[in-house]
Amino acid sequence: MLRINCPVCGLRDETEFTYGADASVTRPDMNETDVNAWLDYVFNRDNPRGPHQEYWHHVQGCRQWLVLERNTLTHEMGDCRLAKEVSK
Amino acid sequence: MGYYSAFSIFRHALSGNKNWGRAWRDPAPKPAYDVVIVGGGGHGLATAYYLAKEHGIKNIAVIEKGWLGGGNTGRNTTIVRSNYMMPGNTLFYEHSLKLWEDLSQDLNYNVMISQRGQYNLCHSQGQMDAARRRGNVMRANGIDAELFDRNEVRERLPYLDYSNNARFPVQGAIFQSRAGTARHDAVAWGYARAADQCGVDIIQQCEVQGYLWENGKVVGVETTKGPIRANKVGLAVAGHSGHLATKAGLRLPIESHALQAFVSEPLKPMVDTVISYGAAHFYISQSDKGGLVMGGDLDGYNSYAQRGGLPIVEHSMACAKALVPSISRLRLLRHWAGIMDMSMDGSPFITKTSIDGLYLNGGWCYGGFKATPASGWNFAWLLAKDEPHEEAAEFTLDRFERGYQIDEKGVGPQPNAH
Repeated sequence: MLRINCPVCGLRDETEFTYGADASVTRPDMNETDVNAWLDYVFNRDNPRGPHQEYWHHVQGCRQWLVLERNTLTHEMGDCRLAKEVSK
Repeated sequence: MGYYSAFSIFRHALSGNKNWGRAWRDPAPKPAYDVVIVGGGGHGLATAYYLAKEHGIKNIAVIEKGWLGGGNTGRNTTIVRSNYMMPGNTLFYEHSLKLWEDLSQDLNYNVMISQRGQYNLCHSQGQMDAARRRGNVMRANGIDAELFDRNEVRERLPYLDYSNNARFPVQGAIFQSRAGTARHDAVAWGYARAADQCGVDIIQQCEVQGYLWENGKVVGVETTKGPIRANKVGLAVAGHSGHLATKAGLRLPIESHALQAFVSEPLKPMVDTVISYGAAHFYISQSDKGGLVMGGDLDGYNSYAQRGGLPIVEHSMACAKALVPSISRLRLLRHWAGIMDMSMDGSPFITKTSIDGLYLNGGWCYGGFKATPASGWNFAWLLAKDEPHEEAAEFTLDRFERGYQIDEKGVGPQPNAH
């Protein structure tokens, strides 16, 4: 069982959360016309073996979107912050 | 090594079974090969075998970080089937099933293929319609498929929940009678032994740490046992595709996710077929030792850890109980996880990469085991001829930029949803 340290609710079980997606991916500017930029955004991933930035939704808690740093090899938890603060 | 036969069993019995030779050699790596395959699972070993047997290339090495079949080849639920609907998939998986049917004779190694049939249950009229369409596509391609209604399924699988309390009542099923199971370890060992007899060097306990480069071309691999040069390097490393691609500077349309499987304590024969639940991701069969073999959903988040989380254990067992109420008091004996290379459309890659000399076989999602023979056969074809065979021609990396994804489930670029 993963336990995620939600900045609002504290340490909670993974079953309260829904995994979102890779948070290191950023959407290109809406005026971007380079097809490869969009291809990269939609399909290609770093898929790291180690620290990974990812979105989680605390759907059964505060309902906030979070950005969590988690090690994909050891499940070691790093920083967990509100997505709206990370995007600033 | 010799040829395995009833006679050889009899002859070795007379000498107390003390003189069986090794099934394959344990050579030190040579400085250079024609082809180096990274990954000693079913796909890598099958590739080496078909390269040697079909294309006459003998100077081949298979390099494995751990031991043979210690990755996903030894961590799956051993199901073999060819009920795929999308162009690009259908005929590929059917070729694989045909290779499975003769594999024990071909390899002179009993892979214990058991064509016990597979039911995909349907729980709504919509699912029945989709199953009918899938069945028609299969039959149009010469693959066997039958559609059963609720009463026919009940006759054949009397132990499912047909009560008024069933959470998702069974409406019917699509059935493939040639589907079944095979012994997963025997697949790795059989291919390893057959490849070794063709002269392939199988090098275990040897991790690839990087590549050898010349003018932007990959000309070999850097390993824990020193550099090994090769004209062509083929990756067949399943869940670690992303990891090894990163070392070559490639980004792939792949995420690595953990998938769990479970075995119960042994029972007398009960489930004499393979059953897939249609209401959730769950499937069940029974091993020859009597344990119920069950598989479920992905854990849902990226993972390279070969272990799974408890929420999925609970979820999978809830599915088991909902489908087959009589096993509710059965205990689980073991559970384990493998790392799936989940591609963005749920379909695999057997392809050249943008780097000369580097070839990729990956993105098998949950479906790698059944694909083993055809994957090896087609990857060997690609490595030998530098162009894909037509049955695997769609499994390229550039299908995303061309807009030709093979999305069997129709869920879009969500690796954890395929």
